[in-house]
Amino acid sequence: MTAAIEAHGLIKRFGKTTALNGIDLEVEEGRVLGVLGPNGAGKTTAVRILATLLKPDGGRASIGGLDVVHDATAVRRRIGLTGQFASIDEDLTGMQNLVMIGQLLHLSTRQAKVRAAELLAEFDLTDAAGRLAKTYSGGMRRRLDLSASLIGRPSVVYLDEPTTGLDPAKRDDVWDMIRTLVAQGTTILLTTQYLEEADALANEITVIDHGTIIAHDTPRGLKRQVGGQTLEVRPNDAASLPRVRELLTRFGTREPDQPAPDLLSVPVVDESALTDVVAALAAERISVSELSLRLPSLDEVFYSLTGQNKKEVA
Amino acid sequence: MLRDSLILAKRSVVKMVRNPEQFIDVTLQPIILTVVFVFIFGGAIAGSTGAYVEFALPGIIVQTIMFTSLTIGVNLNTDIQKGIFDRFRSLPIARSAPLFGAVLGDIVRHSIAITVTLVFGAIIGFEFNTPWWHVVVAILLIIAFAVSLCWVSVLIGMLARSAGAVQGLSFLIVFPLTFGSSTFVPADTLPTWLQGWVTINPVTHVIESMRGLLTGSTGVVGDTTTGQVLWVLASCVVLVGVFFPLATWAYRRKV
Ligand SMILES: Nc1ncnc2c1ncn2[C@@H]1O[C@H](COP(=O)(O)OP(=O)(O)OP(=O)(O)O)[C@@H](O)[C@H]1O
Ligand SMILES: [Mg+2]
Repeated sequence: MTAAIEAHGLIKRFGKTTALNGIDLEVEEGRVLGVLGPNGAGKTTAVRILATLLKPDGGRASIGGLDVVHDATAVRRRIGLTGQFASIDEDLTGMQNLVMIGQLLHLSTRQAKVRAAELLAEFDLTDAAGRLAKTYSGGMRRRLDLSASLIGRPSVVYLDEPTTGLDPAKRDDVWDMIRTLVAQGTTILLTTQYLEEADALANEITVIDHGTIIAHDTPRGLKRQVGGQTLEVRPNDAASLPRVRELLTRFGTREPDQPAPDLLSVPVVDESALTDVVAALAAERISVSELSLRLPSLDEVFYSLTGQNKKEVA
Repeated sequence: MLRDSLILAKRSVVKMVRNPEQFIDVTLQPIILTVVFVFIFGGAIAGSTGAYVEFALPGIIVQTIMFTSLTIGVNLNTDIQKGIFDRFRSLPIARSAPLFGAVLGDIVRHSIAITVTLVFGAIIGFEFNTPWWHVVVAILLIIAFAVSLCWVSVLIGMLARSAGAVQGLSFLIVFPLTFGSSTFVPADTLPTWLQGWVTINPVTHVIESMRGLLTGSTGVVGDTTTGQVLWVLASCVVLVGVFFPLATWAYRRKV
């Protein structure tokens, strides 16, 4: 079976910058690959090559067995692209944007309108359908752009940082949308700067930096590799801090840290630690204002994968 | 490809209608120009407003079309900057469809501008002293010239970094072409050094053709109307011959 997305040794240079320095990617049909990396890692460049917008300087890539350079038109029939920056026409209404794309995809005007209305409803844009896109908020533009990429019911969808700039509620909507697509059998390549997002959506995660792959694993494997999760507790009463510290020492893998005066955090082995801590806190009647299990940030992922702090690029 | 181009042409027409600024360019602007030139300068230049409208209207049409035909580069450049071309390029359509769609949209724009100006001209006393088909030929000729000239703008639009730069460069080209012609004053009233340029400027020939075809007057630069029209067609061939390949080369490089 041919993979839905396959890339070997992709190289792309822009003048002196090497944006991609030999990237291999493979996504089976119906799966989700998360491409995780900091600013300038080469995520967008990789997506643009796979979406036939850029020609690689080296290596090759194919979508469903079709080469992105030589069979570009055939590839375009199968893909949907939601770029990092919304590619919509601001001087048209939301509806006009989608109908135009539907027509360009050879739907009849009526079919295009039906499909557009369907997607606008799905993305909560029905009320704004008749407004010029330039009056849309950032989140609305993103959702319109996302709808635009789904009009032709593509079998492979690229989402370049689809939730950057969305509020948490809208982010959850996009996540649900992505899960719906997956349930329909769509193959998805998703780039993100958040391990949390890749963890929530992807079957596998590829971490890239400076145009090279530095890790490729399942979310679980990757979390194990980078030291798992952190449990954070903020007691209501500062007087209970010492007691909380003792509890966390018991359930964590090492001594707790104190990132803020009233906050304690400790790395834990897995999710089960959360239940244990909740039970222990309840037994001792310690009330807390915050209790959370946090995945490592991109910074921390890089720290543990490369052994050096990447703060300057993040 | 034609179907895709038509869909994209419709986009540019819808945008024009929706966007007051661009719509004014092809409707109100020629009317205002006509009013200004005919009623304010007319008396001074031609002795009477009635005589001047016959003289100025063809020039106003030509000038409006010249400016309109150079906005295509600005629009394409903006579309590329704003990422709309990324959307087009990820669709299974001909690569050239957005380009030809823009050109087709411009033809609609030109037709609106010409109609508005002619109708307004007729209202304020412009007389068509020629057979109706001369008027048709005049309209086709000016559109042909505009479509030939638009490749210059496409080329600039593809090479310049920003829409603002495209605008600036385009004006650098349009100004000597329109003002260094017999648009507003007869060529023989100009200083001799300028007359040299005016005589070879293709826009002068476009204007003289329009005057000949719309009012029946024979041009000041000499030639008969037929001669003028041939001149214009020759400049169209040269413009297309030089700038179409360059523009499409630049477009393919970028898109
Ligand atoms: N058109 C271009 N011209 C010159 N350099 C470019 C171009 N596109 C990308 N680059 C460079 O290539 C490198 C990778 O860029 P890319 O946009 O792929 O990163 P990214 O991972 O998408 O980053 P971000 O998270 O900021 O979107 C960067 O150093 C960038 O400056
Ligand atoms: Mg990017």
